[in-house]
Amino acid sequence: MGQNVLEMKNITKLFPGVKALDQVNLSVKAHQIHALVGENGAGKSTLMNVLSGVYPSGSYEGDIVVEGEVCQFRGIKESEAKGIAIIHQELALIPSLSIAENVFLGNEQAGMGVIIDWDKTRTKTLEMMKKVGLDEHIETRVMDLGMGKQQLVEIVKALAKDVKILILDEPTAALNDDDSDHLLELLLELKSHDITSIIISHKLNEVTKVADEITVIRDGKTIETLIKGVDDISEDRIIKGMVGRELTDRFPKRTHDIGDVYFEVKDWNVYDQKDDTRHQLKDINIKTRKGEVVGIAGLMGAGRTELAMSIFGRSYGKKITGTIIKNGKEIKIHTVKAAISNGIAYTTEDRKSAGLILIDDIKRNISLASLKTISRHLIIDDNEEVKVGEEFRKKLRIKSSSILQKTGNLSGGNQQKVVFSKWIFSDPDVLILDEPTRGIDVGAKYEIYTVINELAEKGKTIIMISSELPEILGMCDRIYVMNEGQIVGELNSDEASQENIMHCIMQSH
Amino acid sequence: MKSSAGISFKNNMRQYVMVIALAVVIILFEITTGGVLLKPLNISNLIMQNAYILILATGMLLCILTGGNIDLSVGSVAGFVGAISAVLIIRMDVPVFWAILISLGVGVLIGFWQGFWIAYVGVPAFIATLAGMLIFRGLTLVTLQGTSLAPMPKNYTFLASGFLPDIFGGSTINILALVIGLLSSAVYVFFEMRKRANRGKYGFEVASNKAFILQLVGIIAVINAFTFALASYRGIPMVLVIVVILVAIYSFITMKTIPGRHIYAFGGNAKAARLSGVNTKRVMFWVYVNMSVLAAFAGIIFTGRLNSATPKSGVNFELDAIASCFIGGASTAGGVGTVIGAIVGGLLMGVLNNGMSIMGVSIDWQQAIKGFVLLGAVAFDVYSKSKAK
Repeated sequence: MGQNVLEMKNITKLFPGVKALDQVNLSVKAHQIHALVGENGAGKSTLMNVLSGVYPSGSYEGDIVVEGEVCQFRGIKESEAKGIAIIHQELALIPSLSIAENVFLGNEQAGMGVIIDWDKTRTKTLEMMKKVGLDEHIETRVMDLGMGKQQLVEIVKALAKDVKILILDEPTAALNDDDSDHLLELLLELKSHDITSIIISHKLNEVTKVADEITVIRDGKTIETLIKGVDDISEDRIIKGMVGRELTDRFPKRTHDIGDVYFEVKDWNVYDQKDDTRHQLKDINIKTRKGEVVGIAGLMGAGRTELAMSIFGRSYGKKITGTIIKNGKEIKIHTVKAAISNGIAYTTEDRKSAGLILIDDIKRNISLASLKTISRHLIIDDNEEVKVGEEFRKKLRIKSSSILQKTGNLSGGNQQKVVFSKWIFSDPDVLILDEPTRGIDVGAKYEIYTVINELAEKGKTIIMISSELPEILGMCDRIYVMNEGQIVGELNSDEASQENIMHCIMQSH
Repeated sequence: MKSSAGISFKNNMRQYVMVIALAVVIILFEITTGGVLLKPLNISNLIMQNAYILILATGMLLCILTGGNIDLSVGSVAGFVGAISAVLIIRMDVPVFWAILISLGVGVLIGFWQGFWIAYVGVPAFIATLAGMLIFRGLTLVTLQGTSLAPMPKNYTFLASGFLPDIFGGSTINILALVIGLLSSAVYVFFEMRKRANRGKYGFEVASNKAFILQLVGIIAVINAFTFALASYRGIPMVLVIVVILVAIYSFITMKTIPGRHIYAFGGNAKAARLSGVNTKRVMFWVYVNMSVLAAFAGIIFTGRLNSATPKSGVNFELDAIASCFIGGASTAGGVGTVIGAIVGGLLMGVLNNGMSIMGVSIDWQQAIKGFVLLGAVAFDVYSKSKAK
């Protein structure tokens, strides 16, 4: 005890235009459970990807020292050879293969050359399954297992590689309470078998329960490391470390002129798209006014995107029930087309895969959702399309050589402006903006905020989903807090703070 | 900063390359065949031999645009519909007009069938049309009871091998063909001028006057040389009129209309298209209905050209149509490609076939060479795209 099995020194990692990690330090003592906490986007996952070799040596600055030896991992294989295994939030299992096949995937137990020794594979798998308390037949396909058991298969897979340092990224995010408890106990059990764990988690109650040390990361920097038994490790104390940041003048001012209640979602219930027995959104009620910017805060997986998409022409979910009221009248919007014609717009969180047609130019992307406006008898008026494209290029200052430039070649901020143009051109009354500034640099963010404010001033209703709490606090008049498919809090801008948003989330567990 | 003209050139580069390749191949064969390739008679033949492939390529392009989906059944559908029209006319004495109409109706029904499985049930297009390929080949044999039906009546074969009558009564030369040449030149000049004026109005860069006039003169020369060649044989083939009309209609639909735009958007990014209000299932459905109708039409043309319906009619047509689209610049990922491109691709294959036949290259080698051309064209495309990044 007491000896550092892992040290990460002054790790700096740059992404185009963003400093994801800035001189981060992390020391993990042997045979402990070390928790890494921080807000979404603080840099936790990036740090773990650096450690496991997902970002190869040379793409970052700083040193990784494992058991006193400086390591330069060029890939996951090399970090695994050193006994480091990472289990990502999205599990890396092949659903159609059996447990045994998955456990030794990429690490096959070959008898002679390339021929797999199945007996050896099975006995080894069985042995380790017992260790983690996974009571299943080894030939069961992974797709037939629940999330909790899949998580265990991942751990077995890591154990099969003689893991010394096990990294778990949000291991309990998709698990129910029983499975979570079981997993946490397993971590304690592994600790007694001399395995060090690093756990990334948003669930602070779990963190305080199992962690020996807690490192807080904020905005790509190490803030502090709290030690159990030495420091105060209450949830309040951790939250303070996570959010303790000054709000500077990063948000443009807006003159408030909020009207009457305009857009309402009542008793909204949605079941999972893939598994319609899973009740995903429960009894959601939200009310928004004309000229109001309403934020929806929450952690990843809280169901915010699912809510937005289920409202937007039922693009997500099954067995949807509830009513949508706009301007005092109930509206039925079962298709995207109906949503658009009812004056609702939705900008996706992922502009590249779902927001833009990257191989098409700017003007064609802008016109796509409202081709009727620039057409007569189904025939598109090219000149009108050009005019509209130019108009938005100027108005939103889309930096490009011309409206004929392909959107795939634009920067993130300019791509987002094209998405905004598209939806503003559809002339909506209600805009649902899903992570409108994700992956955008600070300058472009300010411009996007300005556009949002202008829309609100024109009397549009804005619903803004964001994982960045400062953004929510800086932009919104009112904030709904969502967690696990429910609205768990509603705060006015004057009473909202990062602390009480986090409290709403944590207390709902 | 790149000029917009530069961007538009880059976007269309593949097409320019294919047009140049077509010109090179034509010149090459003109030399190696000792001038036979561009003889009026051969030009006429070239058109009539390839018309059905061009019709199929037009429909196939729309399928490919939706995301690299292809239709393997078109050859069998063409054979089946040709067989039905022959049975209706020869065995059942149905008037030609009605027989053709019913045959096209069968094409629509086949389209509903395939579109249903692909768009609404979600069977991958490759599988659904592979099944269609087997089903309709089988049904062709059933319809014809294993034998050929011939001959077809004159007014049926007219579509495939007839010529427009010369209303001006030219004796040694077909005056109508010359007039059509001049008229199309005028129409072309009109549209180019208008396009240029519009581009100027919106402040886009336009080519210099000199280059513009050079382009106009060049195209007018090609059009009139072509119609002159036709005029000195038997005039304008009926099937050329049909192909030109179809190409014009489909170019218009793909480039200027909302349904056309929806097809491109769907192929470019299905998820984004869906979230922009495009009914992707409906797009998929109608694209396949359209394909089957065009396949039916191609079947009627081919039966007319052969002057008989045979159980083997249409075998491997789908492969030529698919190859035409990809040679003509369509992307296997969807969302990229033009009708004109597919036609240029189809013509390139047609000229290769015809040129090699005249040179006496055997069928087996012709096949192999066409394979190399397809591979080369697409490899070039992939390479130039990876370089561009």
